[in-house]
Amino acid sequence: MASAPQLAAPAPLAPPSGRRARGQDSISSWPLMDRAGYVACWAAGLLLCALAAVIVGVMLVKGISYLRPSLLVQSPKPSPGQSGSGGFLDPIEGTLLLTAIGIALAAPTGVAVAVWLAEYRRPVGLARAVESGVEMIAGVPSVVLAFFGLLMFARPALAFLSQTSAGGAVYGRSFFAAGAMMSLLALPLVVAATREGLTQIPAQMREASYALGKTRATTIRRVLLPSIRPSIASGATLGMGRIIGDTAIVVILLGSSLRLEGAGGAPVLSTLRGTGGTLTSYVFENSPAGEGNAPQKAYAAAFVLLMMVLALNMAVARLSRGRR
Amino acid sequence: MNPVMPPPVRRLTVEPDPIATAHRPAVAEPPTNVSERMRIENVSLAYGERWVVREVTLPVRQGEVLALIGASGSGKTTLLRSLNRLTEVTDGASRAGRIALDGQDVDELEVTALRRRIAMVFQQPNPFPMSVFENVAYALREERRGARRARGRRGRRELEPAVIEALARAGLYEEVKADLDHPALRLSGGQQQRLCIARALAVKPEVLLLDEPCSALDPISTATIEELIVGLRESVAIVIVTHNLQQAFRVADHVAFMHLGELIEYGPSEQIFDRPREQRTREYISGAFG
Repeated sequence: MASAPQLAAPAPLAPPSGRRARGQDSISSWPLMDRAGYVACWAAGLLLCALAAVIVGVMLVKGISYLRPSLLVQSPKPSPGQSGSGGFLDPIEGTLLLTAIGIALAAPTGVAVAVWLAEYRRPVGLARAVESGVEMIAGVPSVVLAFFGLLMFARPALAFLSQTSAGGAVYGRSFFAAGAMMSLLALPLVVAATREGLTQIPAQMREASYALGKTRATTIRRVLLPSIRPSIASGATLGMGRIIGDTAIVVILLGSSLRLEGAGGAPVLSTLRGTGGTLTSYVFENSPAGEGNAPQKAYAAAFVLLMMVLALNMAVARLSRGRR
Repeated sequence: MNPVMPPPVRRLTVEPDPIATAHRPAVAEPPTNVSERMRIENVSLAYGERWVVREVTLPVRQGEVLALIGASGSGKTTLLRSLNRLTEVTDGASRAGRIALDGQDVDELEVTALRRRIAMVFQQPNPFPMSVFENVAYALREERRGARRARGRRGRRELEPAVIEALARAGLYEEVKADLDHPALRLSGGQQQRLCIARALAVKPEVLLLDEPCSALDPISTATIEELIVGLRESVAIVIVTHNLQQAFRVADHVAFMHLGELIEYGPSEQIFDRPREQRTREYISGAFG
């Protein structure tokens, strides 16, 4: 009853006029240093925008002008000239295969690590050690991972994962070896995204499940993980982007060969134990810096690579939107 | 220790609200077939060093509704959560005293089995992010311990009658029967809470714990759920924690008033609301604090 006159009263606060709001914020009234900083921030943002546009633009123009559908379905051939050097079917296959192996190893491991860190965390000291371990792996340059991988996979005990020369030396280079090291690139991204998803689930969701007589394991498997599927997917997609874009591991651990060279034996196993190349190594080898000497093909391959990564980025954006 | 003197008491005895009484036809007759299912004996609960419940002794009976009332921080929710040992998932929580279900100490029961016998509904509706059907079916799928004997979960056809029965007991089936495969999060708040009740009832519990089940709901949903609670008391012992005295009056047969972790008074609903014996109960009922 008492509120009726109040309702009738005019709104006490008129919205501030646009002029006044701008006047308060006008940069002409700022100290010189602030103004300089403000302009620098603007300039940096614009510069980055321009740079991104130039990268995509140049690759688009060059790439499209050299891209032929036939390049996507022909295997590369060794040739002194560009016209005879074939397409880049094998590098595309290599990229897809390596990404599949890497993410197949990284996703389950990363989800398991994240679940343990977010849901169990016992003993706490070990959990901290694992956290630091994951951070450290995320910080190791991929060329160091590649070098380490070569040392590991060239050991006789792991000879079954690659090929052995006539003299008995283990190559240590194969899709298995490169995929295993690639998974370490993707792992921290999967761990981070999964953990983030798990910590955002309210505690009452877990309690609701425990109150139905469910164990912690069932709760994780049937309630928590299904509800953070978009987070896991976006972590895995980011990880795939890392794998697709990496060159050092391909050059050192996969052999960076022109074609997929099987190791012989059973068909799939032969490829996995064999060497190969990916789009990144193909671009590297065929750029003016490499030995293939087919820059037009390099442009076209770079364009395909860029499109793959952009598509993955869009997938991540869509998945994160779906999460909200 | 002498408690702080209460502020001057506004004398304001709760008149039985005509709407509330009209809304509670079932309770007009005293409940029949009352039998004790649980016994809380000298139970104390602490978070770390801080005692939040001290030496509470209470019976929980099937055939009637027990309401735990009291101000915030009086320990009523903690006491409720200790009945299905859910306090154990809280870090630093500890308990003294004995809680028995049908004469057996709850600590001797396997905890997942215990929680299937003592189901719980929470303050906020918390359906799982899955379909309406799956929310109830999840409760029905049994924990399989150890042996990997049963590969493959129980199928939908097998579970459907039980899911429908649970939804019907919670008074929700007619509203959702066309949308069983829709996401549960698309239901209204009141429907979500009844889904949570259905989920809890699906495992055929002996005791149903309700932690302020209507505090997040509108009056109409509240009325629906209160009717449901009164209707369920014949088949399951019910303990409800509520801030809402009107609600306690409407649904409870016995009321326990708690204050700062202690049980101040326990008695039949009419006695607590009309003739409280303790001064603090009288003050709380009359709105002096809370």
